Amino acid sequence: MKSLVFLEHHEGAVTKAALGVLAKARALGDAAGVVAGAGVRAAAEPVGGVVFVADDERLAAPLPAPRVDVLAKLVREEGFDAVLFAQSVLASDVAAALAARLEAGLNWDLVDLAEHDGALVAKRPALADSVWVDVGWSSPVALAVFRSGTFDPASVDDASELREVEVEIEASSLLAELVEATSDEGEGGPSIEEADVIVAGGRGLGGPENFALVEELASALGGAVAATRAVVDAGWYPYSTQVGQTGKTVSPKLYVAVGISGAIQHKVGMQGSGVIVAINKDPHAPIFEYADLGVVGDLHEIVPRLTELVRTRK
Amino acid sequence: MKIAVCVKAVPDAAVGRRIDESSRRLDRSGELALSDFDSHAVEEALRAKEAAGEGEVVVVSMGPQRAADAMRKTLAMGADRAVLVTDDALAGADLLVTARALAGALEREGADLVLFGQQSADGDGACLWAAVAELLRRPVISQVSELQIGPAAVTGKRQTEFGYERVRAPLPAVVAVSDAINEPRYPSLKGIMGAKAKPQETLSAADVGGAGESRTVVLALAPPPARGESRRVEDDGNAAEAIVEFLAEKRVL
Repeated sequence: MKSLVFLEHHEGAVTKAALGVLAKARALGDAAGVVAGAGVRAAAEPVGGVVFVADDERLAAPLPAPRVDVLAKLVREEGFDAVLFAQSVLASDVAAALAARLEAGLNWDLVDLAEHDGALVAKRPALADSVWVDVGWSSPVALAVFRSGTFDPASVDDASELREVEVEIEASSLLAELVEATSDEGEGGPSIEEADVIVAGGRGLGGPENFALVEELASALGGAVAATRAVVDAGWYPYSTQVGQTGKTVSPKLYVAVGISGAIQHKVGMQGSGVIVAINKDPHAPIFEYADLGVVGDLHEIVPRLTELVRTRK
Repeated sequence: MKIAVCVKAVPDAAVGRRIDESSRRLDRSGELALSDFDSHAVEEALRAKEAAGEGEVVVVSMGPQRAADAMRKTLAMGADRAVLVTDDALAGADLLVTARALAGALEREGADLVLFGQQSADGDGACLWAAVAELLRRPVISQVSELQIGPAAVTGKRQTEFGYERVRAPLPAVVAVSDAINEPRYPSLKGIMGAKAKPQETLSAADVGGAGESRTVVLALAPPPARGESRRVEDDGNAAEAIVEFLAEKRVL
């Protein structure tokens, strides 16, 4: 398989999720990355291996259409069999438009990829992850979008072999324009897609003021804070932190659920996590069915003590 | 202004969704309902029409003939017309085939603005709009939680993984709205009665440029991999210690 991996970048660095997809692609065969943006050479350099760089002012805004032009041209000229993406708002839009442009099959929400007798086969959890579907492609070019955080990035020894791309963008791809962008990094912690550790709070916290418990534990563990749909709807915490069916899908190494009952809509957003710890006073909470460690008790007592213990250990 | 809203009729979640073992596709033989996510797009279109005091809202879908019943809810909410692309040749359509069918129907309509919901409620797809926009060669803004509609352009506020953005696109444009954008109205009794008299058109695959071949295949179905054994602790005053021990054992501390 000769594949191209779309390397999304933010604030001068390629995202961990995209580097994870690149590591997977390289394990399966010959894979190059592509970074598209303005002033992105520095972001492409530490990636390692062959990385195409499309560096152009018209790619400065994180909008899909001009990137589709860049990727379509690369696929045609370099003859890639597959284009792989780490799921994000931008990557999903780029992938779907590229599918239409190249008349290529697109499978999304994938959690694995393998090659069987020369054909690519991917795994996609469906119907609230109750069934895993093996999917394939019948087009010459296969497009695949993977759940963010599905694969770990590989360690890299050498700088990238950068290949400059001659950027050609159609006029119709520049119709949309970015008017304003404001960062949502908040307290400077990692975003929930990128974090290795997530501490998530639910309605069981009792009120927005008790999110401080969650924030302190997250800070002690060096992780990010997430919230459930119910809590975001109630205005306790921003939507950017929402995990679940209508929020984000995360798969950190450790997910600590505090005061979360664990409805299926929440489960689909976090069940790919490595280790799941749940603290809830209701012994019948559904989250205990899929937590690796379920703690039945009062979060107001357990969480501050846990924060203190973690701080002492570190 | 003419606004087209793309919607999907999905198997009713209350009834339960299952995959048909023989076709390896979602079983759509039961009751179909309007996808909740799409009701936000319908609501946004209706509000735009009401604010402008003129215009037309046409709802477009692709699906089995029975999807027409689910689409009637959008007419009861206040949409003016419904167009359903339905054809046996479109059964099992993948993203590309679906995008082509919708783009074909939308080209016939020539709407100023095309709205989508933020994802499908059954297939978890969240990118169809971008394929449709590409086929129509129109700009697209996705995940919009606040939409301003001007006479010649739309501006959408949206949230990405990294923060908030405002994106502007000239009309005609394609916009996918998030479910945070509004609270959809319930159809009134008058609306429900009136819906029956509103025009519902049916198009075949041939009407929208042919069905085409799906470029993706479903190969097999399997139960999800089981997680390891789950441990349970009742707090006896030492739960925090037990958690730390567990995290250390799992090497995540």
